[in-house]
Amino acid sequence: MSARRSTVGGHTFEFPTLVELLAKATPLRSGDVLAGCAAESAAERVAAQGVLADLPLATFLDEQVVGYDEDDVTRLVLDTHDAAAFAPVASLTVGEFRDRLLAWAAAGDEASISALAPGLTPEMAAATSKLMRNADLVAVGRRTRVVTGLRSTIGRPGTLASRLQPNHPTDDPLGVTASIVDGLLQGSGDAVIGINPATDSPARTVALLELVDAVIERYDIPTQSCVLAHVTTTLRALEQGAPVDLVFQSVAGTQEANRGFGVTLDLLAEARAGALALGRGTVGDNVTYFETGQGSALSAGAHLGVGGRPVDQQTLEARAYGVARHYAPLLVNTVVGFIGPEYLYDGKQVLRAGLEDHFCGKLLGLPMGVDVCYTNHAEVDGDDTDSLMLLLGAAGCSFLIAVPGSDDVMLHYQSLSFTDVLTARQVLGLRPAPEFEAWLARMDLLDDAGRVRELAPDAPAARALLAAASA
Amino acid sequence: MSEALDRPLPPGNDPWTVLRTATRARVALGRAGDALPTARELEFRAAHAAARDAVHQPLDPAAVRAALPGHELLEVHSAAPDRATYLQRPDLGRQLAEGTSLPRTDADLAVVVADGLSPRAVHEHAAGLVTALLERLPGWRVAPLVLADQARVALGDAIGAALGVRAVVVLIGERPGLSSADSLGVYLTWDPRPGRVDSERNCVSNVRPPHGLSYAQAADTVAALLAAARELGASGVALKDEGPALPAG
Repeated sequence: MSARRSTVGGHTFEFPTLVELLAKATPLRSGDVLAGCAAESAAERVAAQGVLADLPLATFLDEQVVGYDEDDVTRLVLDTHDAAAFAPVASLTVGEFRDRLLAWAAAGDEASISALAPGLTPEMAAATSKLMRNADLVAVGRRTRVVTGLRSTIGRPGTLASRLQPNHPTDDPLGVTASIVDGLLQGSGDAVIGINPATDSPARTVALLELVDAVIERYDIPTQSCVLAHVTTTLRALEQGAPVDLVFQSVAGTQEANRGFGVTLDLLAEARAGALALGRGTVGDNVTYFETGQGSALSAGAHLGVGGRPVDQQTLEARAYGVARHYAPLLVNTVVGFIGPEYLYDGKQVLRAGLEDHFCGKLLGLPMGVDVCYTNHAEVDGDDTDSLMLLLGAAGCSFLIAVPGSDDVMLHYQSLSFTDVLTARQVLGLRPAPEFEAWLARMDLLDDAGRVRELAPDAPAARALLAAASA
Repeated sequence: MSEALDRPLPPGNDPWTVLRTATRARVALGRAGDALPTARELEFRAAHAAARDAVHQPLDPAAVRAALPGHELLEVHSAAPDRATYLQRPDLGRQLAEGTSLPRTDADLAVVVADGLSPRAVHEHAAGLVTALLERLPGWRVAPLVLADQARVALGDAIGAALGVRAVVVLIGERPGLSSADSLGVYLTWDPRPGRVDSERNCVSNVRPPHGLSYAQAADTVAALLAAARELGASGVALKDEGPALPAG
């Protein structure tokens, strides 16, 4: 291996390992500083980017970031790598690959970009993103096509779906139902009606699954439900015959971090098989849903790579996508800004991370959505989330998460609101998932221009849905 | 759920109140085009502003001292020099600032009041909770109170080790939510020393009268946990299994 060094501003920087090179090439974020792997100066960062640009893309097939023998994520990625899909870009450097992607995107060549996914490794996607500006991430993201389906279709061109997140601090059925109705009346819920349960008990999970299933059946809504319990809890619910549309699990980019989540690759396969066997899809058979987020491996102390060196959090995040894509998900989203300012400090870092995650996820073949969110101790507010939301809409993001009034009263953080999603669709000319849009029309929830109407309380559609929440 | 679905909508002037009374989530806010009406938007901003101010308000040692007359109060600072560093470097918030010296004591227990993520919670509730707690610990030799600036929970381990106590109780401002900017949490650690992990602690959270736990409720629970920890010689998961049930939330 030749020495990886570069001179910027009269100073020569050297990057002895691939792990260090990737970390130092990463745009500044607090989590990498906390891990001790960030570039120590702006010059060192751009020097690393220069070295990375000249690195052959194929290097990542021979040289690991996290060791093959120690880590089942690395093994999964390399053992399932598709050389034929990689062939069109196999001779390129990382910098040339960035240029090629931008050229394809500018030409509208979605097919060439989208066909690469099985041939790319997470580290290739992460490395390329580190050379991209925000607009590059948007431009390529919007030309990377990933379409999935169960009872609605996610990812068609010109659509933006949303997860309706009706969380309640005690999982109260009426409280959950009220938030579901509020979201449906505002055109939300085409990606999934997905509840984070307040406690991870099988009985609670089954009760919530039955609740949402009843609403979906009653109003014949072309969407799916999900209770975001641990995968082992969902397996128990499956055993009890509960109406499980989607198997959910948080995943991360190292075997050790996944162990911290209490999951193995076999467990995920078992749960997927269980949901698949129920045959609950009408337009597709994607039955898994994953959440990820930069910083999750570091927060579990499971962020070390080859030589015991800390791997940057964005590369680890891309590796989580390498896990998720193995299970043909309907939905995957990064939760960007939830974990706290020690990982993404301010609006600039959150915005950058959201665009990187969307780009890397899509490039690796995932139906990528984003929970655009923040906590009260981060330097982020509604202006920042507006900016990220609109950029994600422009980037062709598959779906966004929305909660009543931006305020999740169970998880105690702020996400987008139902009206925010309406704004994104309106400003960018995007529409809901096609089956769900047809349902909105049937329920008389759309005006002549196809916009979600602002209903008077006595409108028949409002009364019909409000009845679901009456006590 | 089908029963609720089948019930007719009750008669009334404003069916939206059905939604509003069912949850404290921000439902039925109305719309201005595809956005929130001004009043709803400003309500949300006010809640966020209160939470932000609670995080960034500086700890006021003089006010804490004045609220605890008759108590010796030692002041310490973590290794995080300012709020911005504190928020980005939780590791520094768990270490004492270089050069910190605390007296070795022969006490059983240290009580640490820490700003955490809500100095406001300390200003509003620390004195009341400390007073209620000390009243319930007649059999304990308590070291001088410690007030810790830019502190995480685990700073109590370093403080407890320096003071030479058998247990440390850390009263710390919790991460503010939109509806609760002044919540205090209590963490109990037996045999405190740097390197203790979260599973070795017991926690009582949401001390925030009149909305959350009262001082008396929280102090009762902490005193009972302390007695159980002394008997067991440990805190954390082991104690939770053997000891009194913690209050929900």
